[in-house]
Amino acid sequence: MTRATHPETAEMQAIIDRHLGMEGPLLPMFHALQAEYGYVPAAALPLLADTLNLTVAEVHGVKSFYHDFRDHPAGRHILKICRAEACQAMGANDMSARVLERLGIDWHGTTPDGDVTVEPVYCLGLCACGPAAMVDGRVVGRANSDRLLAEVGA
Amino acid sequence: MKIYISMDSAAKALGADQVAAGMAAEIAARGLHAEIIRTGSRGMIWLEPLVEIDRGQGREAFGPVSPADVAALLAGTMAGHGPTETIPFLAKQTRLTFARCGVTDPLSLDDYTAHGGLLGLRRALGLSRAEIVAEVTASGLRGRGGAGFPTGIKWNTVLGAQADQKYIVCNADEGDSGTFADRMIMEGDPFCLIEGMVIAGLGVGATKGYVYLRSEYPDAIAVMNAAVDIAREAGVLGADVLGAGQAFDMEIRVGAGAYVCGEETSLLNSLEGKRGVVRAKPPLPALEGFMGKPTVVNNVISLATVPVVFEKGAAHYAAFGLGRSKGTIPIQIAGNVAHGGLFETAFGMPLGVLIDEIAGGTATGRPVKAVQIGGPLGAYFPRSKFDTPFGYEEFDGQGGLIGHAGIVVFDDTADMLGMARFAMEFCAIESCGKCTPCRIGAVRGVETIDRIAQGDGAAVAVLTDLCETMKDGSLCALGGFTPFPVMSALTHFPDDFATRKEAAE
Repeated sequence: MTRATHPETAEMQAIIDRHLGMEGPLLPMFHALQAEYGYVPAAALPLLADTLNLTVAEVHGVKSFYHDFRDHPAGRHILKICRAEACQAMGANDMSARVLERLGIDWHGTTPDGDVTVEPVYCLGLCACGPAAMVDGRVVGRANSDRLLAEVGA
Repeated sequence: MKIYISMDSAAKALGADQVAAGMAAEIAARGLHAEIIRTGSRGMIWLEPLVEIDRGQGREAFGPVSPADVAALLAGTMAGHGPTETIPFLAKQTRLTFARCGVTDPLSLDDYTAHGGLLGLRRALGLSRAEIVAEVTASGLRGRGGAGFPTGIKWNTVLGAQADQKYIVCNADEGDSGTFADRMIMEGDPFCLIEGMVIAGLGVGATKGYVYLRSEYPDAIAVMNAAVDIAREAGVLGADVLGAGQAFDMEIRVGAGAYVCGEETSLLNSLEGKRGVVRAKPPLPALEGFMGKPTVVNNVISLATVPVVFEKGAAHYAAFGLGRSKGTIPIQIAGNVAHGGLFETAFGMPLGVLIDEIAGGTATGRPVKAVQIGGPLGAYFPRSKFDTPFGYEEFDGQGGLIGHAGIVVFDDTADMLGMARFAMEFCAIESCGKCTPCRIGAVRGVETIDRIAQGDGAAVAVLTDLCETMKDGSLCALGGFTPFPVMSALTHFPDDFATRKEAAE
């Protein structure tokens, strides 16, 4: 489980420095920071900029381009539901509408108790057993709304 | 007794891990002498979790198996499908690229070499660079990512480029809905991709490779990372590949959820740590690619097919296929389908045969209304085009594309106006923003389709014109090909657009 605490500068710098030998290290650095904290802390951006000789604006531009990188912590469970065509052919639209309605949130939203974040995903490669979803990194095939809600304890 | 259970993520998504755990417990409880081997998937997803049991007479298939079936299965009272290889879906295939997938333990290098692995690389080590590239050219292999560009010609450009460093970049950003061949081979036969990349490196003189693997595939990332470590430990990768004095090493890099990074220049920017914005071509990546150096960018399946080309020879591979589409193609049949999965066959099988005979129609049992071929940028085909043979030029001639060879099946409840709208919405979400026809056009496309839905018949002409602009004016396939699903839906299923109009009137 990731920690959503107030990250220490020295700790973030240590995570960044582990990737210094790589060619094109910025994405691996973002991934490592998010793996540690559950999001990419804003305080990491100037550290990344200094380390890689970039401007903070450039670093922010890269981070914000990618759907994966969060700027705030997600809920305790992350439910990703596939919205792509193969899953739509198996009723994914209705399924996700029911899940979101029961949780009372929209895409990218987190329940008020901080339990569940629901994110759209465009294909998990489970297209012959849709609708597909991922709960905290675990894949679910032939999903339905009741099962997904049970998986996240809602 | 040997028991084979897939560790492919589609099998896991349907409960394979629970079946394996139940099996292990039952074996221990009964004091049986049995070994459980986790393999890749055979690609018969409707039978997953598939369990194969070898009691000394070859493998017999059972599935789908639930944890509740385990006792009956071990007692020999569960009905099965007979010998795995005789199941029609498998028996009708020509497996070259996927020959080992589902058969071997993905992370056993011994298993890999016992099933023909590394034979291709050993042969390539005895050839000159030019001979390696000539072999790939002679095989007729074309880019399996979708563009269909001849792999040998691309390699030859990189071979001819002068530079202190060259790279092999594997495009494993398989974002197209309805496709999972890359995922399956990376999870089920990772050494095959590694071997293909090493041969590519030897051929063009590149010593470093990267696999850009999408973050949506955590299982594939784990398997590929483990396989690279094993290959390096065994000397397949490193400063002295198989002791032959040539160097090649590689890394797995993880994407971050941007569909457009499947476009090769956008992928290269992402790999360099930049925004995944498309680059204008020229310069070609083959001349100025990763870090500005000559770079081979090939799809997973293209590279994973290279070992078998060298193992069996270019002529053997080129003998399969149709016209300029040579060899085999792993077709992924998905969506609302009875027998979905991966079907590798020589190019040329008619679309309708694949859908009606091989895949058995829809899962819901309702009539097939439309199929989308080639992912979210591929055209929707109605039944009247089902005699189209599966090949690059053949699909192009019908106003479509084979793309990464995924077929998504829809039954007669599908709303084609809704699917056209989704295509535009997806393009708007995933546009990199560099060129205007894609960035703005996709947003206007959603709005225009909403106008049609509200009964504004004049908006059809606007949508058609917009699609022309996007097709001609976009920098890459995202904006350029989004008109394929939109216009094919509009052209072939006019009722879905007209009824809304009439209902509104």
